[in-house]
Amino acid sequence: MRPFSYEKAATPAAAASAAAKNPHAKFIAGGTNLLDLMKLEIEKPAHLIDVNGLALDKVEATPEGGLRIGALVRNTDLAAHDKVRKDYPLLSRALLAGASGQLRNKATTAGNLLQRTRCPYFYDTNQACNKRAPGTGCGALAGFSRQLAVIGTSNTCIATHPSDMAIAMRALDAVVDTVQPDGAQRHVAIADFHTLPGDKPQVENVLKPGELITSVTLPKPVGGAQVYHKVRDRASYAFALVSVGMIVQKDGTGRLAVGGVAPKPWRVEAADAELPRGAKAVAAKLFAGAKPTHDNEFKIALTERVIEASLADLRRA
Amino acid sequence: MQGPGDFEVSRRDVLKLGAAATAVPLVAKGQAGSPAEAPVSTQLSLNVNGKVHALKLDTRTSLLDALRDHLQLTGSKKGCDHGQCGACTVLVNGRRINSCLSLAVMHAGDKITTIEGLGTPNKMHAMQAAFVKHDGFQCGYCTPGQICSAVGMLSEVKANVPSHATTDLTAPCALTNPELRERMSGNICRCGAYSNIAEAIADAAGVPAAGRSA
Ligand SMILES: Cc1cc2nc3c(=O)[nH]c(=O)nc-3n(C[C@H](O)[C@H](O)[C@H](O)COP(=O)(O)OP(=O)(O)OC[C@H]3O[C@@H](n4cnc5c(N)ncnc54)[C@H](O)[C@@H]3O)c2cc1C
Ligand code: SF4
Ligand code: FES
Ligand code: FES
Repeated sequence: MRPFSYEKAATPAAAASAAAKNPHAKFIAGGTNLLDLMKLEIEKPAHLIDVNGLALDKVEATPEGGLRIGALVRNTDLAAHDKVRKDYPLLSRALLAGASGQLRNKATTAGNLLQRTRCPYFYDTNQACNKRAPGTGCGALAGFSRQLAVIGTSNTCIATHPSDMAIAMRALDAVVDTVQPDGAQRHVAIADFHTLPGDKPQVENVLKPGELITSVTLPKPVGGAQVYHKVRDRASYAFALVSVGMIVQKDGTGRLAVGGVAPKPWRVEAADAELPRGAKAVAAKLFAGAKPTHDNEFKIALTERVIEASLADLRRA
Repeated sequence: MQGPGDFEVSRRDVLKLGAAATAVPLVAKGQAGSPAEAPVSTQLSLNVNGKVHALKLDTRTSLLDALRDHLQLTGSKKGCDHGQCGACTVLVNGRRINSCLSLAVMHAGDKITTIEGLGTPNKMHAMQAAFVKHDGFQCGYCTPGQICSAVGMLSEVKANVPSHATTDLTAPCALTNPELRERMSGNICRCGAYSNIAEAIADAAGVPAAGRSA
């Protein structure tokens, strides 16, 4: 790990302005992704700004009937929150399907949204990777790509976004709230928050230098039956091969977001509209224009089956 | 890169990875990024097992390394150093965390409990006694992490924190065998002592063991 200096931020605005002043600074929250990557020298901040002391650890009702989730709310506490369990069960389920009890106790709302890909070539500093070292090429495209994305990719990068939580937030139409170094606030729809790789796979979201996430806001509950279905190589403590977060109303209409298949939580309005017609119709719209590799084309058929299984779960519920 | 279940890379795939490495010029370790700086050290105090220790540490020191290398509390183990095994699990303010993925400097003011603080050979914690009674280990390397994790896990159940195995999110949590196994999945045992570990925890928790649901 590279040496770094360390400070504890006093207020969100102070944290943002401190980060803007030092191009080599990073925020640290739970540390469960950043420290992992710093040990491997994939992340090399020369300065850490510890945001844990900031009062961003509350879950509060909004005047609109929704929920504002502080950036520092731990994944465990969010999943266990009474209102989330009752009104947004999809979010509890997605959080509980991720990582382990110990990790969820540290992992934060903002850190989870910003966790980086688990592409094996990104993790191996001896390999070419346009995301880790722009311009060096993509080891995964020429190599072993079973875990990687099938849609939304580019010819520079085919990595997936690994967050389970973000899939639920995408299906729930969450909004990411931030504060910028000059103190101005921004509210970004989660649909627009994560970006596709294009020719800049090192850029993964719309945050500007120094911009700090303060909370994530959920609109008022949409009701319906909700399910998060995650398929992985073992029953627990593993990232998704494919995951489906789905909400279906009594009349059969609904919405879904899919994980494990794209560089961001994958949701397609035209696919939502096909829900009353079943999994095959939904999958056709979700994957229109997909560019799978030989190793990961199975994910398309798998997703269709997971959608079918999710619909069956919801019919039983 | 071989995170828990994230990438099961077979021998053939390793060859493929190797081929990719030779086909492409090796990416130098020193990529464009932050300038190399001199180590930074910091003064802090850590409250471990009820005792306050004044320490001077490199900012890079993980909580695990502070415990093991600076406080000689070698009960907590380093299995992977990347959050993938649970051998380093300790309790911070009563909550279980992986001490390898946390910095010591981030824990000034916290109450840290390690396996040494849970109990001693003469005065064991109920969970330690249950592991002895049920032979909940073979080599013992994962055991301190398993025990700290189990103690933290029982408080989570008591606080009604749900898990992936919970069928009804709005009902009170009950520690059935599938619940217990899911909740302990962050602790890997290379010796595969899982069934005895599960029995020990069930015994300490006062719930029926193996397979049956409470
Ligand atoms: C072994 C293992 C298994 C895992 N399995 C899963 C899984 O199955 N599913 C899953 O979804 N996740 C999984 N994870 C990932 C885990 O969910 C993330 O590591 C965690 O959510 C990151 O949160 P954190 O608070 O620890 O982030 P940190 O590591 O502290 O930060 C991550 C990034 O976010 C930035 N950041 C943090 N807070 C802010 C803020 N307020 N504003 C702006 N930037 C900020 C940091 O600068 C950093 O770049 C796993 C992790 C491990 C180690
Ligand atoms: S897929 Fe993206 S992250 Fe993986 S090696 Fe290629 S460029 Fe890097
Ligand atoms: S050593 Fe910390 S999880 Fe393995
Ligand atoms: S007893 Fe040997 S690793 Fe668990």
